[in-house]
Amino acid sequence: MRPREASALDALPALPRDDDGPVFAEPWQASAFAMTLALSERGVFSWAEWVDTFSGELKRAAEAGTPDDGSRYYHHWLAALERLIAEKGLADPAILVDARDAWDRAAKATPHGKPIGLSPDDLARIRDAG
Amino acid sequence: MSAHHPDDDHSHLDAMTLRVRALETVLTEKGYVDPAALDELIDIYENRVGPKNGARVVARAWSDPAYRARLMENGTEAIRELGYAGRQGEHLVVVENTPGVHNMVVCTLCSCYPWPVLGLPPVWYKSAPYRSRAVNDPRGVLAEFGVELPEGTEINVWDSTSEMRYLVLPMRPEGTEGWSEEDLAALVTRDAMIGTGLPLSPEEVPA
Repeated sequence: MRPREASALDALPALPRDDDGPVFAEPWQASAFAMTLALSERGVFSWAEWVDTFSGELKRAAEAGTPDDGSRYYHHWLAALERLIAEKGLADPAILVDARDAWDRAAKATPHGKPIGLSPDDLARIRDAG
Repeated sequence: MSAHHPDDDHSHLDAMTLRVRALETVLTEKGYVDPAALDELIDIYENRVGPKNGARVVARAWSDPAYRARLMENGTEAIRELGYAGRQGEHLVVVENTPGVHNMVVCTLCSCYPWPVLGLPPVWYKSAPYRSRAVNDPRGVLAEFGVELPEGTEINVWDSTSEMRYLVLPMRPEGTEGWSEEDLAALVTRDAMIGTGLPLSPEEVPA
């Protein structure tokens, strides 16, 4: 039997599939999505600007060889949102790092199963930094 | 997401959650976003918009020739008549399948999609393989979705943008004469309205 000839199709990556799975796989994805919409509706950036930034992020990820089967979609989404927020000067990157650390400390200081919240000191410092 | 660490009894937030919480805290403190409004947005997209909206539009077009004419003339306005409007639905264009032409929708740059009628896009729509292959090899993509079209059928691929979004109006299945709009809507799948599927036939309807 002759080996099957390779066709151009074999070189193409397979499509990921899903049926009617959840819209957001994890809560952070929903939050990133909602913040983007809210900022656009407030006029902080236009939706065309968002699409531009987001598609640029996807292109960079593809060039960097990140597998793009849709599973990292919201990772790219969040990176694009952070980029646009920085470009628009909405939040000082140092304050964002500070807030990230504050949430990390808050989580680690919270017994498992209890709601996690920032301490009043952390919150006040973040507010004043604005 | 919280996860229990076996070695201690404290909480842990993963890196993505920390980044998102940091953004939300800073943007809230600066007055750019309101947490209650964010929750409302999430609820809308998780629970209230989805392909059922688009299925109603298609079923109406199949039942009412005057509506169909308005839909083809101005998709945005005709869809608004049924109460579906808003974000990412500003410029909706309806493309009609015929025995000779099959339409399929993609967003090659990212994931533009007609939210008011279909909700948020499925994972595969957002993936690089679909975004590139839908244009280069639409017939191969359709085959993977289990759709075989007659050889002579022309395939039009529509590339969505932030300004223009597309909804496919599939052909009405045979054997549905005299059906109500509600029954017809049950035949219209999400993929049929993206063009990667066909509507169900009367035999395929779940009882």
